[in-house]
Amino acid sequence: MKSGRVLEKTVLFIVAGLIGAGSIASAADITGVITLKGTPPAEKEITPLMENPDCAKMHTTTPTTHFYVVGAKGELADVVVSLKGVTGKSTGASAPPAVLDQKGCLYTPTILAIQTGQKLVVKNSDPCVHNVHATPAVPGNPESNQVQMPGGADLNFVYAQPEMFLRFKCDVHPWMFAWVSVFDSPCFCVSGSDGKFVIKNVPPGKYTVEAAHRKLGTQTQDVEVKDGDVTANFAFAIK
Amino acid sequence: MKANAVSKSNPWLYWFAVLTALATLALIGIGGLVTSHEAGLSVPDWPTTYGYNMFLFPINKWLGGIFYEHSHRLLAALVGLMTTILAVWLWLKDSRPWMHWLGVAAFLLVVAQGVLGGLRVTLHMDSLGIYHATIAQLFFVLTCAIALFTSRWWMNLQTGRTGSSPGRSLAKPGPQPADGAMETSRPADKSLRTLVLTATLLVFVQLIIAAAMRHQHAGLAISDFPLAHGKFWPDTGAEAVARYNAERVSINAENPITAFQIELQMAHRVVALAILICVGIAVFCSRRCQSAERAVAPPTHVSGYESTVAVRLSLFWLGLILLQVGLGAATIWTNKAADVATAHVLVGALVLTIGALWCAIAFRQTVAAVYDRRTEARRSQSAATIGAQPAVTANK
Repeated sequence: MKSGRVLEKTVLFIVAGLIGAGSIASAADITGVITLKGTPPAEKEITPLMENPDCAKMHTTTPTTHFYVVGAKGELADVVVSLKGVTGKSTGASAPPAVLDQKGCLYTPTILAIQTGQKLVVKNSDPCVHNVHATPAVPGNPESNQVQMPGGADLNFVYAQPEMFLRFKCDVHPWMFAWVSVFDSPCFCVSGSDGKFVIKNVPPGKYTVEAAHRKLGTQTQDVEVKDGDVTANFAFAIK
Repeated sequence: MKANAVSKSNPWLYWFAVLTALATLALIGIGGLVTSHEAGLSVPDWPTTYGYNMFLFPINKWLGGIFYEHSHRLLAALVGLMTTILAVWLWLKDSRPWMHWLGVAAFLLVVAQGVLGGLRVTLHMDSLGIYHATIAQLFFVLTCAIALFTSRWWMNLQTGRTGSSPGRSLAKPGPQPADGAMETSRPADKSLRTLVLTATLLVFVQLIIAAAMRHQHAGLAISDFPLAHGKFWPDTGAEAVARYNAERVSINAENPITAFQIELQMAHRVVALAILICVGIAVFCSRRCQSAERAVAPPTHVSGYESTVAVRLSLFWLGLILLQVGLGAATIWTNKAADVATAHVLVGALVLTIGALWCAIAFRQTVAAVYDRRTEARRSQSAATIGAQPAVTANK
C-alpha cells in the first residue's frame, strides 16, 4: 500500500518534471547580429556643450553625436529589435524600472526600450538644472516638461501606449536627447556595441522580427520558433 | 473727426512710438534666438519662471536655453508696458479717433501675443508658435505704423502735398489735369501701388511659410542651396526622404524631416523669387515715374522731385530683399546657425514693414489727393459765389 503511494508520487513527479522540462524547452531565444554596410555620415562635435561652462567642466574633450555606433567590422549598435504584432503581453507593471540618466549634459543611454506600464526613472547626475521634456507622438502618451534641479528627486514616467522612438529632450541644453521605444510585450531588446541582440524566452510560433534604427529605418524578417534558438541577422546599408 | 482732419504732431509721442517699435524689433530678435536655439520650452512654467515671479528670477540661473527664453519674457513684458502707455497716450492726446483705436488694437494685440506665448509653453503646442511668430510680425508693423502716423512727416502728408508744404509727399507735383482726374491715378502710379501691395502681401505669405518652417522644429528640410538635395526640384518620395534623414546628422534634437517640410521650403524659395521680381519691377516703375515727372515739372523747393522718395524707398526695399536672400542662403550654408537664422527673421520683419508702410503712404496719398481736390472745389465754388454776390446786389 505504502510502496504503491510512493510509486504514484514518483510517477506524478516525473510527469510534472517532463511537462516543466517540455515547457522550458519550447521557449527559445531569438538572436542575431546587426551590421551596417557602407560609410555612415560623420558624427558632429557637440560644440555648444563645451561653450556651456556648467557642462564643459564635465568633459575633457568635445563629445560627439552618436547616431551611428558602428564597430570595426560594421557591427551596428542601438538598433531596437522587437517582435512585430505581439501586443497585450506586457509585464511592465512588475518589471524592474528602466533608468535614463543625465550625465555630463548628455542622456545615457541615447536609445532605450521599455514596456507599457513599466516605470522609467529619469535621473539627474549633473550639478546643473535640466528640463526633462518628453515629446510622445502617440495619443494616450502624454507630453510633459518638468524641471529637474541638480540633486533633485528622480522623475518617473509610465506610458500606456506602444510607441517607437519617443523623444526625451532638454530645452536648456538642446543637444541633449534620448529615444525611448515602448512595447506592449517583453519581447524586445537593443543591439549592443558588438551588434548582437537577444530576445529571450520567446514562446513557439511564427513571428516577424523587426529591427529599427533611428536613422536607417526598419527591416523585418520572418522566423519560426520551435525547439531551439533562432537566428535572425540584419544588414543595414547606407544608400 | 474726419480722417483728413489736421492733427498736430507731438514729438514726444512720436519718439515714444519709435522706441516701442525698436523694442518690438529687439523682441522679435530674441524670439528668433529662442526658436533658433530650440529653447522655447527651456522654462517649463508660465507666467512664473522655475516657480519664481519672473521679475525676481535670479540672474545666475539664466543659463543655456533659459537665458534666451527668460530674456524674451522680460523684454515682452517691457514691450507690453510700453504699448499700454502708448495706447493711453494716443487715447488722451491724439486728436484723431482712428489713432485711438489703433492704440487699442496694439494693446489688445500685445496682450493676445503674450497669452499665446504663454499657452505655447503650457500646452506644448508647436502650432501655436506659428501664430505667435506671425502675430509678432503684424504687431511690429502696427507699432511702426503708429510711429509713422504720429510723425511730422505724416502730418504734412495730411495737410498738403504740393510745393507749398514741407512734407515730402510721394504724389507727383505739377500741373493738374484740366478734367480733374487725379494725378495719383496715373497708370504708372497705379502700377507702382499695385506692385507694392502685391509684394507686401507676398512678403506676408512668405513670413507665414517661414514661421511654419521654423516651428516644425525639424531643422533644415533642404540642406543645400541653390540646388535642393542636389536637384533643381527635390525628390520627395518616401525612399528619398528616408535617405535624407539617414544622411542628416544634427547636434540638436530635431524632428525627422518630412516630404511636406521639403515642399514648404521649396514654396519659400519660389515665393522669395516672386517677391524679388515684384520689387525689381517696382524699382523700374518708380524710376519711370521719376523720369515722367522730370519731363513735365520742375523740382519742388524742398525735396526736389517727389518721386525720388519712391525711387529711394524702392531701392532700399530691393536692397533689403537682396540682403534677405543672402541671409536665407547663409542660413542653409551655415546649417541654420542661430545668429544667421535670427538675422533672417529680423530682416524679414523689416521687409514686411517697409512694404506695409509704403502701402499706408500710398493709401494716404490717395485719400489726401481726394481731400485736396474736394477742398479746392469747395474753395473755387465759394470764390465764385462771393464774386457773384455784389453783382446781384447792384442789380437790386
